[in-house]
Amino acid sequence: MKATKKRVWVRSVLGAAACAALMGSAWAQETLKIGVLATLEGPFAVPGQDGYRGADMALTEKNGMAGGKKIEFVKVSSDATPDKAVAATRKAVEQDKVQIMIGPLSGDEGIAVKNYAKTKPDVTFINGSSGAQATTLNDPAANFYRFNTEGAQWMVGLGEAALAKGYKRTFLISEDYGFPYSQVQGFMASYCAKGGKVIDKAWVPLGTKDYASVIAKIPKDVDALVVVLGGSDAVNFLTQYEQAGGDKPMIGGSITVDQTVLNYKGKRRESLLGTMSAGPMADSIDTPEWKKFVADYKAQFKDGFPSPSLFAYLYYINTKATLDALDAVKGDLSGGQKAYRAALQKTDFKGPAGEVKIDSNRNGVGTTYITEVTKAPDGSFYNKVVKTVPNISQTLGLPEADFKKMGLGTRDVPDCRK
Amino acid sequence: MSASQWRRAMNSAATAAAPTTAARAALSPRPVAASGAGEVATPSWLARFGARIQLRHLVVLAAVVLYPFVASPFFTYQIGAQALALGLIALSLTFLGGYGGMVSLAQMTVAGLAGYLVAIFGTSSVATISLGWPWWLAIGFALVGATALAAAIGWLSVRTEGIYTIMITLAIGVAFFYLAQQNYTLFNGFQGFSKVAAPELFGIDFKEPVAFYFVALACAIAGYLLVRHLVRAPFGVALQGIRDNPRRMASLGYHVTAHRVAAYAVSGLLAAVGGVLMVWYNGRISPGTVNLNAMIGILVVAVLGGMKHPVGAFVGAIVYVLLQNFAIDLFVRERFNLVIGGVFLAIVLFSPDGLLGLWAKLRSSLVQTQTSHQKRRQP
Repeated sequence: MKATKKRVWVRSVLGAAACAALMGSAWAQETLKIGVLATLEGPFAVPGQDGYRGADMALTEKNGMAGGKKIEFVKVSSDATPDKAVAATRKAVEQDKVQIMIGPLSGDEGIAVKNYAKTKPDVTFINGSSGAQATTLNDPAANFYRFNTEGAQWMVGLGEAALAKGYKRTFLISEDYGFPYSQVQGFMASYCAKGGKVIDKAWVPLGTKDYASVIAKIPKDVDALVVVLGGSDAVNFLTQYEQAGGDKPMIGGSITVDQTVLNYKGKRRESLLGTMSAGPMADSIDTPEWKKFVADYKAQFKDGFPSPSLFAYLYYINTKATLDALDAVKGDLSGGQKAYRAALQKTDFKGPAGEVKIDSNRNGVGTTYITEVTKAPDGSFYNKVVKTVPNISQTLGLPEADFKKMGLGTRDVPDCRK
Repeated sequence: MSASQWRRAMNSAATAAAPTTAARAALSPRPVAASGAGEVATPSWLARFGARIQLRHLVVLAAVVLYPFVASPFFTYQIGAQALALGLIALSLTFLGGYGGMVSLAQMTVAGLAGYLVAIFGTSSVATISLGWPWWLAIGFALVGATALAAAIGWLSVRTEGIYTIMITLAIGVAFFYLAQQNYTLFNGFQGFSKVAAPELFGIDFKEPVAFYFVALACAIAGYLLVRHLVRAPFGVALQGIRDNPRRMASLGYHVTAHRVAAYAVSGLLAAVGGVLMVWYNGRISPGTVNLNAMIGILVVAVLGGMKHPVGAFVGAIVYVLLQNFAIDLFVRERFNLVIGGVFLAIVLFSPDGLLGLWAKLRSSLVQTQTSHQKRRQP
């Protein structure tokens, strides 16, 4: 008696499991999995979290649907190293079987994922927020799309703005890896062409704490410093430069003068006033699209930043492009995703910070904002938009032949000492 | 020598007097060895080897050989092959720490140097640095170079003990990381080398998951057998003696420092093979591969599996790789590192000998219940 009871029980459990499995598979046909890779570990853990917020925002805007299918994000994480980025991407593509993959976050990861993309021609890869030039300029992958502009494009126009302020001779301090190389090239390409001189460059390793030797090297006869440092490196440099009695005006990179630096409480905080920088967005863009984006972000993420970061913005536009193209083809990914990729190529929408579209290398062509640190009426500091430069391509506004002659930014390219 | 030191020496000698199983196995005369000298054509070493094989060895061997034909390419490559390569590097630490009593944090550094040398001597994306030598020559130089580095690290650190060895090897590892990150003429700085691929040979592309898996498997088995052989050989027995009581071994006429440096060199060779596999697996190498996290990761793998037996390194590596890949699916995504940390903590807390210790405990308790059952049935 007891045995039969047990058997019945086992059978009903099995039956329920089978039903659940069947329903699950029926459900699965309606659901489309999209992989999202950002960093939840390592130095970019906090920006990575904001990147996910940007992706989630784009999906929430569409009520979780695109192309008539329910979209499910398969989130994977790296620690900002290329090895981990490829491992996480491989897991999403080969194990979770996603057909579209969004990510990664940082430059060298982007190059590694692009190389992996070549081995998976049936999957479409869309960038997250990585901004290395080489990803789409050197040996691009036909199935890797980047709707944002990259590190060099973000600095276009800053050179002219610096010259207009009378900064003819500058000294450069920058971190020693791919992303700052691109940023420096974006600045120097037009700065050098219009007669500016970068008389020397100091390359410091990422995470440098002591800048004494660099500060001692700064010559007396320069007009300004070009400081392409990020996060704690920027804060350390600015503090030590102030303590050493430095008083040169500064020109910053896209991640140099962010909110962490502006909240800096040094004695000579006022010296930051007038510091110029450039980037694909700015906190104070005065358009209804941007204001709506910020309001939506604040409403959706109570634990987020006071205003969406660069990473949230970049993941947002890339995810929005991904989903819009799915809508355009009604979720049809058949035939090696041919129709879908054609739709991606045609993407052209007005994003929160300007137009989003791509060139023939599948790299973003977009707007750059030149900003200046300004004091708000309440005494706080913010980056005020002083100039908008639209339609910047990856050749930095130069004819393609000239750009190719210059090559990609490295420690020694470009060069205009004399 | 003071009286207290004498007393301590005598005490530790007493505990060491109980011979380890490995030492006993090596010292006891084996009947198979005697028969090998007779009329049978099989060489004695093979017969001796055959006599040690048990059913469980064959089961595990069959499982790992059949695995890639059952598993998906993802499981073959990212889980299987990576665990084997990582396990080989951890095995080098198990050998050094478990049998030599020297815990070195620089094993990943040795593996990393081997990976860098493969990229520098072989082909990579950085044509200005890579010399473009054929793959076998590049590997040869990489193994020799990394083994030499390991011997040098050993030579520097063998005169210290315990926490000081850890500190010295930690310092060397971190110094190497910064060297690799800041040197552009040899290590290509932050970006390192990419497009370092396993060769194509006899029409087989060893980049492919299954082919690469078997290369990693062959290396792992060879490394495992080498360690199993060494710990029974006179060298390994002497090494274990030195681990248990260096002073006594010195007074017996053994050169303690030389044995320890040799142990570093052997472990360096194992780590170097693992490093070459690692660079082929990733297809690239950059300073991130040899950073502090990676160095500690090897220690975690070795401790996780258990340092008492060479197979522990591979068991630990499998668990480590599985956690790295799948912890994110188990729990709140933003906090998945908590799962990884929690599992490590639980294993180390409940079984100081790692997973192997857990297994041994489980088995002994099973055997005990069985025998107690039998006893009860007897009238």
